[in-house]
Amino acid sequence: MEVLSRYEPIVDDFEGFLAACERSLPAVVRVNTIKASVERTKRALDEAGIDYAERDWNAKVLELDTDKPGNTWPYFHGWIHGQEEISSLPATVLSPLPGERVLDSCSAPGGKTAQIAALMDDSGLLVANDSNLGRLSALRFNAERLGLTNVAVTRQDARNFSLKPVSLTAFDRTLVDAPCSCEGTIRKNPDALDEWSLSHVEGVAGVQKGILRRAIQATREGGTVVYSTCTFAPEENEAVVDHVLENEDCSVVEFDTPLDSRPGITEWNEEEYDDSLAKTRRYYPHHNDTGGFFCAKLEATG
Amino acid sequence: MSETNDGQRFDRLPATIDERDVEGRATREEVLDWWNERFEIGAELFENHSFWEKGAGKIWIFHGDVPSPTEIEGLGMTFLRTRQEHWKPTTNAVQRFGCEAERNVIELDPEAAMNFVRGEDQKLDWDGDWGYLIASHEIAGEREPLGVGLYLHGELRSVVPKGRRRED
Repeated sequence: MEVLSRYEPIVDDFEGFLAACERSLPAVVRVNTIKASVERTKRALDEAGIDYAERDWNAKVLELDTDKPGNTWPYFHGWIHGQEEISSLPATVLSPLPGERVLDSCSAPGGKTAQIAALMDDSGLLVANDSNLGRLSALRFNAERLGLTNVAVTRQDARNFSLKPVSLTAFDRTLVDAPCSCEGTIRKNPDALDEWSLSHVEGVAGVQKGILRRAIQATREGGTVVYSTCTFAPEENEAVVDHVLENEDCSVVEFDTPLDSRPGITEWNEEEYDDSLAKTRRYYPHHNDTGGFFCAKLEATG
Repeated sequence: MSETNDGQRFDRLPATIDERDVEGRATREEVLDWWNERFEIGAELFENHSFWEKGAGKIWIFHGDVPSPTEIEGLGMTFLRTRQEHWKPTTNAVQRFGCEAERNVIELDPEAAMNFVRGEDQKLDWDGDWGYLIASHEIAGEREPLGVGLYLHGELRSVVPKGRRRED
């Protein structure tokens, strides 16, 4: 937890923040509307005697009163998928439409991919990319269990993503849910910070910049790119978006956020970022009882 | 019949036998006929889907279309195993599309349904066809497909893959 002390200057109620980081997360699932409605899923949970709590901001997100959501009929049928509450945010910010062409550039293991597919009514073309074969196998398993049929799976380095294998010239929307130092998953993985080092953070940030730049290039003018991480480090969040603003044709846009959040910061360790970084959002564990998260919405302008 | 199946890429199924240039490859017409004859699932359900072969006999279903051939890791979901005497639908295809089936659906009571999803074979009476059936049960007021069963000699064998079984 000492690692987190570097964020004391930017987090309000820092004691509350640390206390939240020590608590485990509730069991939250997302209803997969490709296979069942929210109503039918609730009825099946009622029949099984499993209590659930709803979330005001998203009717498809349910907290289940069981340690093993995987051992239920709705899970077996692919009606629900375990997905931390905050993880279902970026797909809603991306807000894809049925029939669109969408890229999920770091997609494995596929929870957000499946949510995007559901928002697209399983139509259009959703390209789910990842560089790691093992993680892609988990993605394929999840996509099939959840009944997705609009997904094309590719294995590429997202920094050099080629549109050729999917015969496209540009995407309408792209999600970059970037590989990161995962500080915000501390409530799920208590050892998430054990290997933390500034050089690792800086190394990952270099990869993130490459991935986000390529995502902007692969998205049509006027298209939307959402960048998200599950980490607090500004080096991996605002600094990455700031770098891409300087080097690619894009701008930061505001988005409505139903969860309690704080604006992105515009300076860190004597570095200054573009003022528009204040339109990005930071999500802290003590504000919504979730993991930690960062989300930026960009418009491709070139 | 000059070409052979390339297991590394996705090739769209030919519409009919007349258009087929890869030996042994199922046609779109045969696939639609098979689902209709076996389960009475009409071709309308698949009107907007394309069918692909990647890997010998492995048929994939994709909502929409892309150019053929396509060299990627996955396209839609695996749907049907062909190039064998008895074609076999996948568990995930049956869960997704089997709700519409009117024929060869074996309805299981709660105990038999649990046995089935644990991967257990069980003696059951059934007066329909032998071979691959859709096993289903009732949940939340409606019938819902569980997966694929193989019915032979008075026994329903569960072919739910290991990773898709229910433990509890």
